[in-house]
Amino acid sequence: MAQSLDDISRQLKKRHRKSARMKWLSMAALILAGTFLLVFLGDMLVKGLPAFQQGYIEVEVDYSERAAELPLAAVEADYRDLVSRGYLRLIPGRMADDESLLGTTQTEWVLADDAVDQYLKGRKARLKDKQIEVLDRLAEEGRAELRFNTGFFTNGDSKLPEMAGLASAAMGSVLVLIVTLAFAFPVGVMTAVYLEEFAPDNRFTRFLEVNINNLAAIPSILFGLLGLAIFINFFGAPRSSALAGGLTLGMMTLPIIIITSRAALRAVPDSIRQAAFGVGATRWQTVRDHVLPLSMPGIFTGSIIGLAQALGETAPLIIIGMIAYIPDAPTSFTQAATVLPAQIFTWAGMPESSYVERTAAGILVLLTVLISLNVTAVYLRKKFEHRW
Amino acid sequence: MGRLNIAASADDRPDDRQRSAIDKTEPAAMQTDQILMTFFAGVLFLGVLGFFLGRSKAARVRASGTPMHSQPDQYAWFTVLSAAGPAMVVAMLAAIVLGLFEDVFPGWLAVVGALGLGAFGLFVGLSRVRPELRARDSLEGAVKWVLVGAASISILTTFGILFAIVFEAIRFFQMESFWYFITGTTWAPGDSFLEGAGRGDGLPEASNNFGAVPLFAGTFMITVIAMLVAVPIGVSAAIYMAEFAPSKVRDVAKPVLEVLAGIPTVVYGFFAAITVAPLIVSLANSVGLDASFNNALAPGIVMGIMIIPFISSLSDDVINSVPNAMREGSLALGTTRAETIRSVVLPAALPGIISATLLGVSRALGETMIVVMAAGMRPNLTGNPLEDMTTVTVSIVSSLTGDNEFESAATLSAFALGLVLFVITLALNTVSVLMIRRFREKYAVSNL
Repeated sequence: MAQSLDDISRQLKKRHRKSARMKWLSMAALILAGTFLLVFLGDMLVKGLPAFQQGYIEVEVDYSERAAELPLAAVEADYRDLVSRGYLRLIPGRMADDESLLGTTQTEWVLADDAVDQYLKGRKARLKDKQIEVLDRLAEEGRAELRFNTGFFTNGDSKLPEMAGLASAAMGSVLVLIVTLAFAFPVGVMTAVYLEEFAPDNRFTRFLEVNINNLAAIPSILFGLLGLAIFINFFGAPRSSALAGGLTLGMMTLPIIIITSRAALRAVPDSIRQAAFGVGATRWQTVRDHVLPLSMPGIFTGSIIGLAQALGETAPLIIIGMIAYIPDAPTSFTQAATVLPAQIFTWAGMPESSYVERTAAGILVLLTVLISLNVTAVYLRKKFEHRW
Repeated sequence: MGRLNIAASADDRPDDRQRSAIDKTEPAAMQTDQILMTFFAGVLFLGVLGFFLGRSKAARVRASGTPMHSQPDQYAWFTVLSAAGPAMVVAMLAAIVLGLFEDVFPGWLAVVGALGLGAFGLFVGLSRVRPELRARDSLEGAVKWVLVGAASISILTTFGILFAIVFEAIRFFQMESFWYFITGTTWAPGDSFLEGAGRGDGLPEASNNFGAVPLFAGTFMITVIAMLVAVPIGVSAAIYMAEFAPSKVRDVAKPVLEVLAGIPTVVYGFFAAITVAPLIVSLANSVGLDASFNNALAPGIVMGIMIIPFISSLSDDVINSVPNAMREGSLALGTTRAETIRSVVLPAALPGIISATLLGVSRALGETMIVVMAAGMRPNLTGNPLEDMTTVTVSIVSSLTGDNEFESAATLSAFALGLVLFVITLALNTVSVLMIRRFREKYAVSNL
């Protein structure tokens, strides 16, 4: 069938158009994925940033005998509902600590109730008309304002939204990660050293490799079942403790550290090993004095990435009970503790709407920590990377 | 505390209760703490002592002019190992025995025994430090066994997971029918509790409360939605990065996509529940459909976004590893870029893309936080993604966080579900690994 030149060039044009269409479509997919990320981050910023400010109001606090018995009496009736109940509860304790307060009346900036806080941020709040009137007057007189929310970083969890903070969860996360690292780093590096430097190519070694790859792909929640059945029910580690949580996460982090450490060890050229053998070093001396020091940056990078993953993990920790209500920061590895993502999970389930912004703010803090960990890892790799 | 309570509102009571619960568990925990601390301090002391005694003895011998096989430091480490090694082994055995049979002997006895043996080992090791002892070789052997031991931990972990799950799952299937678990359509663990309490009158007959089909259906639905989002976007993005994009774009785009994979799942769960689900409800309402706030669509879509980088990253690597000669051969025949990609590159890369997809599916099946936060709790056998559905992982979490006793069927059902999850994800991973290996062998690629 003869085709005219016009036909052919028309066909060609069509084919090129099709090709261009594929390029734009696939580019659109990439842009779409990037847009998801931006929308997500934007959403978290919009929801979470307000929580870094907290409403305070200026009231006269009357430290009378009666206030020591009934803290509500310390504040004028009009303002009573506007002040945080958490603040009022602390008054008797403060009066007991500081005798000179008794009988004085002081004008203080005090933490406002979360409804007031929400109203000051321009949201709907469950306030009565009369309270709103009082609050508007206070705001006009400059006696109600938003300040930086230090409590968010220094308080533990609380059932009062305005008092709730991340401190105890952050402490819990630190304890858990210490246990995780103490378990997964030595075991992971030793496994990697064995596989790369010592292991003969036999059935055990191959089984080990398959096993490590499978371990990396097991859903995290199953590690929680392991932690529950082995560490808590079998070895009797205290439930909800940083010890049980850290070991569970350690088992999860293990394959990541092994895989990245192996890559780092493999990157060290054989000439280094041969030079060491050549002067009579044993295998262990070669590894200890030459191969390991050279691969340490890579191993650290992998470990930091593994830690970042462990820091964001929630599901296995829920299974072993680390979603308990922890108002005070834990001080030992066997105390009940909670971690940052578990705290976020708990707040996300709270009925009060003011927890939403706290949840998002907690997410922002968690993401900041994760990003800085990852940036550190990338920086380490860039700085110490050695091209042989 | 007492004074505070005068002002305590209803809010205050839970934390008091919590505190006292913690206080109660404290003594036993503190004892374990002390025992562990004593043991490690003892081992450390023996080790340091062994190091210095061994080295000084070796140095003395060498100073006297006798030629020795190894360096003094190696004799020192030999002594350390002969002291700390037996102590560690005994302590580990004691811990396992104490875990198996509670309170057969007090914990301090194990510490005394282990440290005593360590001291004995120190003595024996020290007496063996002689010129003809090949300390370096012994050390080399010991190091190797320590490394083998460390490597075995990952195997132990896998078997630990397997045994923990299988053991408890068998106990569950002794109570409930396995067949009904696989094929039954009623999932009502709460009813089994009522039956246990003798209040099961009027409920469906016993052992018919654990039919997991609605959970499988929910998991399947959410996974399908996630893959419908992740596969087209992930593969297209990979095609763009590997075939069209300038290398600068690729260098930026790849890490940006990986950020999506690095975001904790609890964060995605919050995003799905707070932002995406209401959006879907209002969209559905605007076209006259009825949607639940716990609809399956929201967690599915968000899970899909999370999985995009898993698929795009591996697919990108695979497409990149398709030999360039194939591309060039095709282009030389006069095909366009798109035609080359569609009829040469993609077919070649297909095993790798399928492998990436299977890994994505296994991620989606095991994903927990997104569905716990955004999907429903009601087992619901439906084909409508706008209704609320629950999944296997949600049921595992809810049965283990409830107030049920550990021995109850409701709690043990978590392990049966875990077993199903374990088997399916393991199968998916194995197939995925096999496919990628076939691809690797066919095109002799070494970096996958």
